[in-house]
Amino acid sequence: MANAIQVDDLVVHRGGKPVLRGISCAVASGTVTGLLGPSGSGKTTLMRAIVGVQKVRSGQVTVLGLPAGSPRLRRRIGYLTQDPSIYADLTVRENARYFASLYGTGRRAADQAVVDVGLGDAAKQLVSTLSGGQHARASLACALLAEPDLLVLDEPTVGQDPVLRHDLWQQFHALAATGTTLLVSSHVMDEASRCDRLLLLRDGGLLADDTPDELRRKTDTNDLEESFLRLILALRDQPVEVA
Amino acid sequence: MSLRITLRTTGRVLNQIRHDPRTIALILLVPSLLLVLLRYIFDSQPAIFDRIGLMMLGIFPFISMFLVTSIAMLRERTTGTLERMLTTPLHKLDLLLGYGIAFAVLAALQATVATSVAYHLLDLDTEGSLGTVMGIAIGDAVLGSAVGLFTSAFATSEFQAVQFMPVVVAPQILLCGLIWPREEMIGWLQAASDVLPLTYAVDALLEVSAHTDATDQMWRDVAIVVGATVVALLLGAATLRRRSG
Repeated sequence: MANAIQVDDLVVHRGGKPVLRGISCAVASGTVTGLLGPSGSGKTTLMRAIVGVQKVRSGQVTVLGLPAGSPRLRRRIGYLTQDPSIYADLTVRENARYFASLYGTGRRAADQAVVDVGLGDAAKQLVSTLSGGQHARASLACALLAEPDLLVLDEPTVGQDPVLRHDLWQQFHALAATGTTLLVSSHVMDEASRCDRLLLLRDGGLLADDTPDELRRKTDTNDLEESFLRLILALRDQPVEVA
Repeated sequence: MSLRITLRTTGRVLNQIRHDPRTIALILLVPSLLLVLLRYIFDSQPAIFDRIGLMMLGIFPFISMFLVTSIAMLRERTTGTLERMLTTPLHKLDLLLGYGIAFAVLAALQATVATSVAYHLLDLDTEGSLGTVMGIAIGDAVLGSAVGLFTSAFATSEFQAVQFMPVVVAPQILLCGLIWPREEMIGWLQAASDVLPLTYAVDALLEVSAHTDATDQMWRDVAIVVGATVVALLLGAATLRRRSG
């Protein structure tokens, strides 16, 4: 299977400090890949580099066969930022329809995306009056309706109720089944098991790049949280060589 | 560039303002109320009101659109919507023109209210037509928007953005001929006045005041205002960086 994302030796500094220390990884097309790691591990920075809004120090990021940030990619990538970035002084539907017009996907797709994230009843509500979870979902709707080849979702399920989270993950897999590639970040380990493949980040380095099953097998535990811990502990005594 | 995306952006900006009735009321009514104030300050000297009131018809839209636009653009930057926009097929100029057109529409409404009040209720008198005055006022508003878009790039908070008003706008008001004729100013101030766009906005209005028909000088002034608007928009586009640190 072709790779939707190819990252080679990516180094990023922010505020004078290294945030990504020479990361190399690949994301296969049509899969759901989880990007996991604690807060501050570099997840958001890696995603920003992939969508092409992050200044990078060195290394290469190739997305759908083009250098990250290429104008032609803007039509093919949907990006959900960690803090919901939609217009607070518009209604949910107005936001969705505006984003739809940017991608040229039309009003019907916009209204459907609002329903798909469970906001059908709140469509006419101003975003500023939504709860945190609803706000995040409204932002997600705007990323989904891009109908992109690659969806980069930065913590899309934070603060959502379990049933909704389950629905959203089903939606992610349904999208992957149609050929869309999804890169989804999370710091909740129970979501990791829902991914086809996992990238574990810690302190700007890549700790693991494996399927959930392989990871469980290698660390000899069924609990992915525990796997992560064992990986870190195993590496503590033999420092990782980083750039 | 896409006309569709530009116009949808205009629609989006107008929608945002539509949800904020207090801002609409402030934009539409404040200039007229201040004109009433001026009219009675110069109650004994209607000729002075004819001059000052007319100049204010060009200065109000410049100030209010400068403020509204610079805050609106700053919000786009600080809430992350700008960064997100720039990952979509939206072109930078779609965004800037979208804003420019939206605020031109608002300015047209503002100018309609203010000039109607000035001419019909406050007996403002000019040789040239009311329509020309409105056209110039709209041009001034778009200039204010364009300058606001550009200067918002230098502010990282709303506190800073409002402080740019006295920095960018106040000198132009002081030097444009409103409080003292430009030709009587000391040489270097005249030179400064010569390079500030609001000077030409106000001069165009004074031409309308003195002449029944459009003069060459008025057209020259209008051309300079339009040119300054284009330059400010291009500078604004240059400040929209897709990649940040």
